[in-house]
Amino acid sequence: MLTLDKVTFMNGGFPLSADFTIDAHSVVAVIGPSGAGKSTLLGGIAGFHEQVAGRLTWRGAAIGAVPPAQRPVAMLFQDNNLFPHLTVFQNVALALGPSLRPDAGARARIMDMLAQVGLEGLAERKPAALSGGQQSRAALARALLQDRDLMLMDEPFSALGPALKDRMLDLSVELAKAAGRTVVMVTHDPDDAVRVADTIVGVAAGRAFAPQPAQDFLRNPPEAFIDYLS
Amino acid sequence: MARGALPLIAAFVVAGLVIGPVAAVLWRGGGFTALSPADLDALRFTVWQAIWSAAISVALAVPVARALARRSFPGRSALISVMGAPFILPVIVAVLGLLAVFGGNGVLNLLLAPLGVPKLDIYGAHGVILAHVFFNLPLAVRLILQGWLAIPSERFRVAASLGAPVFRLLEWPMLRRIVPGAFAVIFVICLGSFAVALTLGGGPRATTVELAIYQAFKFDFDLGKAASLAVVQLVLGLGAGAVALLLARGDMLGAGLDRVVQRWDGSRLLDALWIGAAALFLLAPLSAILLAGLPGLDDLPASIWPAALRSLAISLGAVVLTTALALPLATRAGEAASLLGISVSGLVLGTGLFVIAQPFVRPSSIALPVTLLVNVLMALPFVLRILRPGVEAVQTDFARLSASLGLSGWALWRIVYLPRLRRPMGFAAGLTGALAMGDLGVITLFSRPGEGTLPLAMYRLMGAYQMQAAYGAALLLVTLSLAVFWVFDRGGRVDADAG
Repeated sequence: MLTLDKVTFMNGGFPLSADFTIDAHSVVAVIGPSGAGKSTLLGGIAGFHEQVAGRLTWRGAAIGAVPPAQRPVAMLFQDNNLFPHLTVFQNVALALGPSLRPDAGARARIMDMLAQVGLEGLAERKPAALSGGQQSRAALARALLQDRDLMLMDEPFSALGPALKDRMLDLSVELAKAAGRTVVMVTHDPDDAVRVADTIVGVAAGRAFAPQPAQDFLRNPPEAFIDYLS
Repeated sequence: MARGALPLIAAFVVAGLVIGPVAAVLWRGGGFTALSPADLDALRFTVWQAIWSAAISVALAVPVARALARRSFPGRSALISVMGAPFILPVIVAVLGLLAVFGGNGVLNLLLAPLGVPKLDIYGAHGVILAHVFFNLPLAVRLILQGWLAIPSERFRVAASLGAPVFRLLEWPMLRRIVPGAFAVIFVICLGSFAVALTLGGGPRATTVELAIYQAFKFDFDLGKAASLAVVQLVLGLGAGAVALLLARGDMLGAGLDRVVQRWDGSRLLDALWIGAAALFLLAPLSAILLAGLPGLDDLPASIWPAALRSLAISLGAVVLTTALALPLATRAGEAASLLGISVSGLVLGTGLFVIAQPFVRPSSIALPVTLLVNVLMALPFVLRILRPGVEAVQTDFARLSASLGLSGWALWRIVYLPRLRRPMGFAAGLTGALAMGDLGVITLFSRPGEGTLPLAMYRLMGAYQMQAAYGAALLLVTLSLAVFWVFDRGGRVDADAG
């Protein structure tokens, strides 16, 4: 269970407050208008924004002061998810450690993960030689291989076309669920939220509201979201 | 780059290497000495020649850059590339090339003699300015050309369709923005002139502050006077450097100048004349070195080869040390601090280092390491100017991804920074290596005969009027400088992923 106990994250001069819990193994969609603080919420959980108040815990252990790489978090960013000078294999290998020439066991795990996301035969390609969808798959493979309990997705597929975006979202959530992950994903599309998420966290004007079942949230949105959703 | 203690250590090393030697010279000289009328003359001449050098360079660069911006012709790209060459050309080589064209027995005098024109003399204030224009005209052209090419081509189309005055509407506002910065950068470069003043200047009417410092050391061993002049030079350099940093826009070493904006104004003939004159002015001295240097290779004394090896060692050492210092210093504050190195007199830095080391070792035995350190400090501002944008781009793009993957320390450098910075690092290393290879500065003070660098050996050949051999040495030196630049720059490009 991820608990944000009266937490405030600070992104530059922008504060975002949150006070709720997220169930383990659930899929949570974060929605809200642009500039409301969705990315700040994810960045705060991941450790990229300063936590200035409250207590952030995962399964009871405080993680607020833990460096990003040591949190139980794998994150897919909006862009720059891959190092362009490394091959797909090397990019994914970084999930297991800083060696670009992993041992045979790690190699097998990487190849297996690439197969799971549909990138067989593309391991030695550089990102520039991949399509947008394939790049997203490579980033997803790395995030899954990181073997962290929480997977945060900050609109990583927003640059893809609508159909491809839906396919990638479905694949991500399916594989993350199968691996027993808890997923927190930012989206602008209520349909995505309903299709893949169990609950929705609404974010408006620097405040993240407690998760509600997705259908309930959209049928009966809090007042701060009525304009946005209409 | 906020990466622990490393930037702080690098900053301390740079500050220590600059402030320590100046303080040592001051201490050894027993404090400041009042400036003599001759020193004040040197100060006046330094500022005067820098103003004229910058003004002429910029004034000539405006029509040349405009012609290059609007005319497409075979070899245009190569000509623009050649215009980058004077920046890495050893000063002493350029001076010899200028002597071959404009000197007493130069090509120009040979051509003018039948017309009854009195012999032109290159030595003196006008020679110093001529050499500075030779070095800085290409720089001014590149800076101003960037300004021209930054004007969107659509605006020229609009102006052409309206019959509007292109100069008043588009060019003058750009020039007003770019020219002050170009002037300031060249002014700063010319303020620290030593090798040009040493070879073409001198005497009461053509001595720069840097040359006066050399004379105070070499002939009077008056350290107090040298230190006083050094502080004058430091204040002048820092002040002008700060102004230049504020005014200068664009990347003075930048690429992407091979584009041509289609234009419908101006005279083709006039543009061709400007381009032709600039090309002749820049290429004639280089061609003279090539033509006179090839037969001169046979006359090279045996001592040239060890000197060449020493220069190569200094060049490679400067590349390694400058890169090691520049990477952690690639921040705005680091770049500003590095200006200390270029503002302070290289001769004073060198002498200070000797004063510090003197109790422990024989001064002549550390002539080469001291030359190396001075070159590192001189190259640092240029290297930081090249590397900083790349370092900042890596931080902007990949800092969070790296942090989320736990990449830090050496792994972060190996996997992220070094591969991403390969191109600018190669270019910066090439520049550093070439500048160090051709440096004729502090080595002139402390090296014993037979132990100098290649530029010093060449200078000594010129002093001994062995001109044939001097041309050969010049050709060797320019070849080595360009080779060092090419190897590093090319090395940075091979297999480098632009993505």
